[in-house]
Amino acid sequence: MSRLSGVNKATLRDSLSVSLTVGAYGVAFGAAAVANGFTVLQSCLLSLLTFSGASQFAVVGVLGAGGTALSGIATASLLGIRNGLYGVIMAPRLKVKGIKRIIAAQVTIDESTGVALGQEVRNPEAMRQGFWLTGFGVFIFWNLFTVAGALGAQAMGDIRAWGLDSAVPAAFLGLAWPRLKTNSDRALAIGCAIFAIAMTPILPAGLPIIATAFIAIAVGLRR
Amino acid sequence: MNQYWIAVIGTSAIAFILKYSGHSVPEKWLSHPRIQKVNALIPIALLSALVAVQSFTEKSKLMIDHRLLGLSVAIIALLFKAPFPIVVISAAASSALLYRFG
Repeated sequence: MSRLSGVNKATLRDSLSVSLTVGAYGVAFGAAAVANGFTVLQSCLLSLLTFSGASQFAVVGVLGAGGTALSGIATASLLGIRNGLYGVIMAPRLKVKGIKRIIAAQVTIDESTGVALGQEVRNPEAMRQGFWLTGFGVFIFWNLFTVAGALGAQAMGDIRAWGLDSAVPAAFLGLAWPRLKTNSDRALAIGCAIFAIAMTPILPAGLPIIATAFIAIAVGLRR
Repeated sequence: MNQYWIAVIGTSAIAFILKYSGHSVPEKWLSHPRIQKVNALIPIALLSALVAVQSFTEKSKLMIDHRLLGLSVAIIALLFKAPFPIVVISAAASSALLYRFG
């Protein structure tokens, strides 16, 4: 019996639909990276190696706004902390070692963890299949679409005439939106937005963004 | 090596270290509710700041331009629960139209 025939149909459907829709969004990343001064090769390497949408958008956004590599790396890494927490959640469920653990770590992102936990009601095997199928699925589509977006943006010329300078903040907003569940979440979002704009003429580029993480930490520890 | 390469390599290395170390620490270390809370709030703060800086600044100066229309259209699309690609495309299209013909 082939390995795939043992896959729960609903798990396969969930994994594929998430992989395709999220992966397609790699077009926006590839285009954003090139629009912000990264080469096609650098854009593709970010998708292959960093492989975490919010972190990738953050690093190209910070450098595009004139920030240093260090502030870009810091912002991206703060956004990458949650992947570490997903790893903590997934490790006891996957129970893998060695090279398999390295591969599992690389595909530990919002989507693979989300689909896996969504399948847990079915059975532990469906949960593991959901993780691997979604992890590999997003990885493949995200990277293919990144190439397409980067090459497309390179061919466009003045990116403002194509609206790419608005596509990037719209993408950030789309990533933030589902996280704004309560009024205090929304207040934090608006407060951090105003803070970052107000600090932009004063602080070196990139720092106003990183500084908002400390607002989040202060708010989180107080509540 | 320029800033862009440093950023690509540094971001990728730390991203993997964060993912791998998560797979290697005991679950109980990070299960404290406050840590979970902070972890949920950090993306909200950073992403909101990025939206604002990318929409309203240009080389460390405040700037209101065609991007305001793009952002407004994105907010409207999200309020109507539009899927992600529609949000991005409608923001880009409206912004491009204003930039070209505004």
